[in-house]
Amino acid sequence: MFARVVWLILRKDLTVEVRSREIAYTTIFFAVSCVLIFAFALVKEGKPPEDGAAGILWIAIAFAGTLALGRAFERERQAETLRALLLAPAPRPAIYLGKLLGILALLGGAELVLVPLIALLYQAPLLQYPGWLALILLTGTLGFTAVGTLFAAMLVRARSRDVLLPVLLYPITVPVIIAGVRGTAALLQPDIDLELVRFWIALLVAFDVVFVTLALWTFEPLMTD
Amino acid sequence: MNARSPAAPDFDAVIVDEVSRSFGRRRALTRVSFHASRGTILGLLGPNGAGKSTMLAILATLMQPTSGRIRFGELDPAAGGGLLRGRIGVLGHDLFLYPELSAFENLTFFAGLHQVENAGEAAANGLRRAGLEDRADDPVGSFSRGMRQRVALERALIHSPRLVLLDEPFTGLDDASARALVGRLNELRDGGAILVVATHDLDLAEGLLDQVVFLRDGRVADTVGRPERLRAAYRDVMARRES
Repeated sequence: MFARVVWLILRKDLTVEVRSREIAYTTIFFAVSCVLIFAFALVKEGKPPEDGAAGILWIAIAFAGTLALGRAFERERQAETLRALLLAPAPRPAIYLGKLLGILALLGGAELVLVPLIALLYQAPLLQYPGWLALILLTGTLGFTAVGTLFAAMLVRARSRDVLLPVLLYPITVPVIIAGVRGTAALLQPDIDLELVRFWIALLVAFDVVFVTLALWTFEPLMTD
Repeated sequence: MNARSPAAPDFDAVIVDEVSRSFGRRRALTRVSFHASRGTILGLLGPNGAGKSTMLAILATLMQPTSGRIRFGELDPAAGGGLLRGRIGVLGHDLFLYPELSAFENLTFFAGLHQVENAGEAAANGLRRAGLEDRADDPVGSFSRGMRQRVALERALIHSPRLVLLDEPFTGLDDASARALVGRLNELRDGGAILVVATHDLDLAEGLLDQVVFLRDGRVADTVGRPERLRAAYRDVMARRES
């Protein structure tokens, strides 16, 4: 039952997105704009700033992720469909997980555009260790989205939700951003220190376990009333 | 009726006992009590802000009373709220439909969420009852208000609920659609459902409701068991409000 509900929500969200393309277009456009603005400001005479690529990648992910989270729940608010989801006899943590995976998939798509673009503009060897990079991006994006999905669902009825979401989300996800930036920067060094990369990934995994568990546990009481 | 959710418990009455609900300092409901049995259409009537929608949200188990209690037969929603929702259908003022999805996809999705066996067949039956089989694959966003309302009603009934909650179901409907809705609600009553309808439309309510609870400022202002006394009671309640 739990897995079936997760799958139903995920499939529904992806179908709606494939038809409207609203979140994908806005998220990618916003992230690419962000990267380009930094490139115009920081790349001087074809020389990018040292270690700048990792920071810019995670700034773009955080900003685009906030936009995607807001839009994903705004869509559920407009026709009050979130209420319909909560009225179903489905486990509410499954609803949370379905929404989380949908947003994760969308951000994964945005990252597929961002990584080669940043590698090109900042001459960064981001694709030198694609497996490690994928692992850092997956664990980092999961941690960010796990907290963001919970907050976005909680704030869906708040009048100033667009302001409140980043205000609540960014302070809590600072460890994810730091670990993501440090882990990615470690991959860009000429002599890769795999111990360091593993350390940052372990930190991200720990964050993911704690916050996904907390969110699954608190989603039901937070969404009642 | 469609196939029901297999695990959902059944009940034959809804008992609202001294229910109050506050939002901060504001009291939306104060010691509201009523009872509705199978095969009954109960109307919640009253002016804007009377507490009708809050009462429906509490009955839908989306909100908990600040004090008092509700029982679904012998079942307490605080204990079995999740499973009970499998026997409750809600048609809100907003229609709870995804405009990007087709009518068939919307109904199949909600049938799946309610664990209806053979969701596709249930969705097809719902579309037939709504008279929209030929528009099954069109996105709901392209439908008129009346058509969307028909899909939304079938969405609310896809799991054969015992308790059906309707919030202003006649809003935006033309005469033919409103008559069709009245016919469908009468069918549900004859099938043993408990229907609770919050409405302003006295003309439609008059021929439809079996019993009426008038709410005013969150309190029960009057209860009417005989439909012929409806208009007089409504006038009386509204006059009391103005004075």
